[in-house]
Amino acid sequence: MSVLLALDIGLAFLVFAVAAWTVFAPGGFAATVGYVVYGLLLSLVWIRLFAVDVALTEAAIGSGVTGVLLIGAAARLRGAEATAREGLTGLTRLFIAGLCLLVAGALAAVVLLLPDEGPTLAPQSMQSLPETGLGNPVTAVLIAYRSFDTMLEKVVLVLAVVGVWSLAADRFWGGGPGEARAERPEPTLAFFAQVLVPIGILVGVHVFWVGADEPGGAFQGGAILAAMWIIVMMARLTEAPQTSAFWLRAALIAGPAVFLAVGVAGAAVAGGYFAYPPGLAKPLILFIETFMTFTIAVTLAMLVAGPPRREPRR
Amino acid sequence: MTSATLAGLVGAALVGLGLYGVIADPQLLRKILAFNLIGSGVFLVFGIVARKGAAAGLSADPVPQAMVITGIVVAFAASAIAVALTLRLSEETGATTLPPDALARPPGEGADAE
Repeated sequence: MSVLLALDIGLAFLVFAVAAWTVFAPGGFAATVGYVVYGLLLSLVWIRLFAVDVALTEAAIGSGVTGVLLIGAAARLRGAEATAREGLTGLTRLFIAGLCLLVAGALAAVVLLLPDEGPTLAPQSMQSLPETGLGNPVTAVLIAYRSFDTMLEKVVLVLAVVGVWSLAADRFWGGGPGEARAERPEPTLAFFAQVLVPIGILVGVHVFWVGADEPGGAFQGGAILAAMWIIVMMARLTEAPQTSAFWLRAALIAGPAVFLAVGVAGAAVAGGYFAYPPGLAKPLILFIETFMTFTIAVTLAMLVAGPPRREPRR
Repeated sequence: MTSATLAGLVGAALVGLGLYGVIADPQLLRKILAFNLIGSGVFLVFGIVARKGAAAGLSADPVPQAMVITGIVVAFAASAIAVALTLRLSEETGATTLPPDALARPPGEGADAE
């Protein structure tokens, strides 16, 4: 047995054990902390599948930003949690477990029956790669070959923000989410934010920029930038903007709007919706990605901040 | 057994675990966690499809990878809405679970009739 296989098996057991903890842990807060650890371990699995772009996304969004969101929620629900714990009888649980085992077993059988070499679009995506001017085929799929998908996904993110904001109480409508800026921020958090955030912004911009040729891109870079903004808001060095602010709403739609404008322009200039004119593909892709990274950063941070909880200032 | 198959089996197990959590745990926050477990399990199974599509000098097919990246972001957006709903429910009613028979009651007879 090779060392790598032993590591893989160990990693598989670890991922499974931490996942089981998030389902069976006694308290919601402990389960949520388990989930963050699980996300980081899962990104290691993605690296073992040679999907570094996915690993970065899982670490930044699946574990990081989702983790902040869930831990914040778990902390606020901590007191209220004890309400209904009894729920189902042992027999029902056993029945459910049996059915879930059946589903997992069927999936496992499918996994084992997959042919060693599956159908693939890798040759096609490599073939057209020079025309896009990019070096990272995953970025090419996201922004060039399947750009319509990616644009619609940005729209989904905007809709999610609309959904979250709609849950504000009437008197808070248009106000800012989260805590107000503190007169005296907690020193440890403030220090942390002042030291980490400048470095983190550099890392975020770097991850976005290298995404054209190396693993990285708009999602991963945008998530890191969002995390930096969240840290500053958590340290209460600044407060989340009012949701009625014009610049905020413009920032939320800038990415999809630019994407859509370039896509529609492609119909006139390049002979097809979401087509790029030859030779101009790389600059156009970077132009779109710049706006997308910015919008993703603002959107993710706003989704974590939640619905408005401060009364609007006129 | 290759590391790809192993990862796929972990994905299958995660779907099973998550499904159990979604059905059996009454706490809404735990349901959201479990739902995310199902999601990442599905992504892993899709990930081994990508790995098995290794060709043209790439270690994995980029198309499923890009779709998984999209999926992770959309899963986060869904979680954000679910968390916001859960927190609002808890603010309004103080409950962190849904009453089990709320759907079985005729309309007009709210959950607070008990």
